[in-house]
Amino acid sequence: MLEMKNLSKVYRTQMVETHALRGMDLEVRAGEFVAVTGPSGSGKTTFLNIAGLLEELTGGSYNLDGVDVKSLDDRARSKLRNEKIGFVFQSFNLIPDLNLFDNVDVPLRYRQLTRSDRKRRIESALERVGLASRLKHYPAELSGGQQQRVAIARAIAGDPKLLLADEPTGNLDSQMAREVMQLLEDLNAQGTVVVIVTHDPEIAARAQRNIHIVDGVAADLERGPSLVKTA
Amino acid sequence: MLAYYLDLARRSLARNVGLTILMILAIAFGVGASMTTMTVLHVLAQDPIPQKSHDLYNVQLEPRRMLGYQAGQEPPDQLTRLDAETLVRAGKAEHQAIMTGGQAAIEPGRTDLPPFFVDGRWTSADFFKMFDAPFVAGTAWSEDDDLHAARVAVIARELADKVFGSIDAIGKTIRVEGTDLRVIGVLDAWRPQPHFWDLNTGSFGKAELVFVPWSTSRELKLGHIGSVDCWAESSDSLALGASCVWVQFWVELHGAERVEAYRAYLEHYSDEQHRVGRYERPVNVKLRDVMEWLQYRKVVPSDVRLQTWIALGFLLVCLINTVGLLLTKFLRRSSEIGVRRALGASKRAIFVQLLVEAGAIGLIGGVLGLGLAWLGLFAVRHQPTSYAELAQLDLPMLAATFGLAMLTSLFAGLLPAWRGCQVTPAIQLKSH
Repeated sequence: MLEMKNLSKVYRTQMVETHALRGMDLEVRAGEFVAVTGPSGSGKTTFLNIAGLLEELTGGSYNLDGVDVKSLDDRARSKLRNEKIGFVFQSFNLIPDLNLFDNVDVPLRYRQLTRSDRKRRIESALERVGLASRLKHYPAELSGGQQQRVAIARAIAGDPKLLLADEPTGNLDSQMAREVMQLLEDLNAQGTVVVIVTHDPEIAARAQRNIHIVDGVAADLERGPSLVKTA
Repeated sequence: MLAYYLDLARRSLARNVGLTILMILAIAFGVGASMTTMTVLHVLAQDPIPQKSHDLYNVQLEPRRMLGYQAGQEPPDQLTRLDAETLVRAGKAEHQAIMTGGQAAIEPGRTDLPPFFVDGRWTSADFFKMFDAPFVAGTAWSEDDDLHAARVAVIARELADKVFGSIDAIGKTIRVEGTDLRVIGVLDAWRPQPHFWDLNTGSFGKAELVFVPWSTSRELKLGHIGSVDCWAESSDSLALGASCVWVQFWVELHGAERVEAYRAYLEHYSDEQHRVGRYERPVNVKLRDVMEWLQYRKVVPSDVRLQTWIALGFLLVCLINTVGLLLTKFLRRSSEIGVRRALGASKRAIFVQLLVEAGAIGLIGGVLGLGLAWLGLFAVRHQPTSYAELAQLDLPMLAATFGLAMLTSLFAGLLPAWRGCQVTPAIQLKSH
């Protein structure tokens, strides 16, 4: 599903060169639930941004579902991102002046779907996160946990193969965090690959596999070096 | 997607009403001021006879004495009567018209309608076909009528309605300056602006209501209006041999070859006049087509041009303000843009979305600007200028108003939309 080889990311300014990722080799297969951990500044978010096609890699290669993303232009990357990837963010990132229906509609709008198809997908996604009755509500009218469920509905409405979650429970209390994790596990059980970046060892422990990143170098904590090689 | 972008624009504009109103007002005032002055410029600088303005030429000769001569000086704007009558008789152009403006008393011979004065034109037969005069009844007079000073007249519909109660005036008699003239043609409402064939009676003069053959007008000594410029004493400045210029002379010539041939003829004519001692200054012949003539005579007042530049400068200031406001507005939404980018919007999609929003502002600003332009033109119409009543918003200028508003707002939106679509989603998503 996700294959990175000798992947590196360097941020350059006039004064400084920062190596955020150094020769990362990583493969995530279909059906996996992977947690990415590591201290602040280790490169977790950079990894997630590159995996989610939000940033370009500096070196190495990255194949997403068989597509070499390095050669793609912005339009093709956006299309691939829209069709293959769902995002869940720590701050939910819902658009405040759109109601739940319209928020979930956002990724579908960029996919040339019919009105009825979009409606069906939106209602189904909100149904799956238990918020089907609140289509017309606005984000501000919901609790944090509910907002994150809407964000998950938005991420899954387009049936992505890969769900990338950046600290999805970071802003939630433990009860809500458990609910959100349960949702992500359910989605994974239904076949969606889930990659979750977290600081929380309890959350990481629920994943099938842990990748630990330190100083831009990744190590697989549970499977050994067969799938993950550090530079 | 356009409907979606329009809906997003509506939401975005409603989100910050104050800022939205400020941007709309900036566009509206800029467009309103520009369109007011541009409309005035448009009506003043328009081609009065676009279908043949390149084929009609005003003739200038240099018949004056050497006294006061300066090299490079332009010849007078009008001809002497002798030159003009000679040229019209020679008939070297495809069509030619001798003319001057006049004013004449009309005596309707009705108890309910006292005598009144009208503006008239004393000219030759070709005038009507040269300037595409629109007849609703009858025809122009013939060259034979010109030759024999026939007592005929062509009158305007307005005059026919006033004197005869209808346009059915052909064959009837109209009394002009005490002489009965037979009406042989009635012209429809016709008022080319600027009044290019004679700028001496006002560049944007009133319509002429009666037309009389040149030879007839001279026999009847019909009055003349306009300028008379003499360089020698004369008891009658309008006499055939008077050293005075007061006659306009126009020719119709098709193609550069004919224009050059006619110019050569005029130079030859001037040479001859020089030889016989009538002309003293070096040969100086000018043939200007309608638009060159209007430009040469500076028909558009310089203050109108200045006002237009000032208004366009004001529009530029409004445009820069709108760019700043849009930039603020769009960059304030960086987090939303970041989310949309993460969810699959390409840079192009974001660019178009933001540009549609700028366009929506332009459309509303355009409607408001149109209202302001209408008010501006209303104010111009109440100014004591000769062109005041011409300051009307016509269809092309209406379209131009919307075009300008849309163009302005889209142009103003370009940079902000470009900056907006360059937002790095990764940073926005983390910092939200």
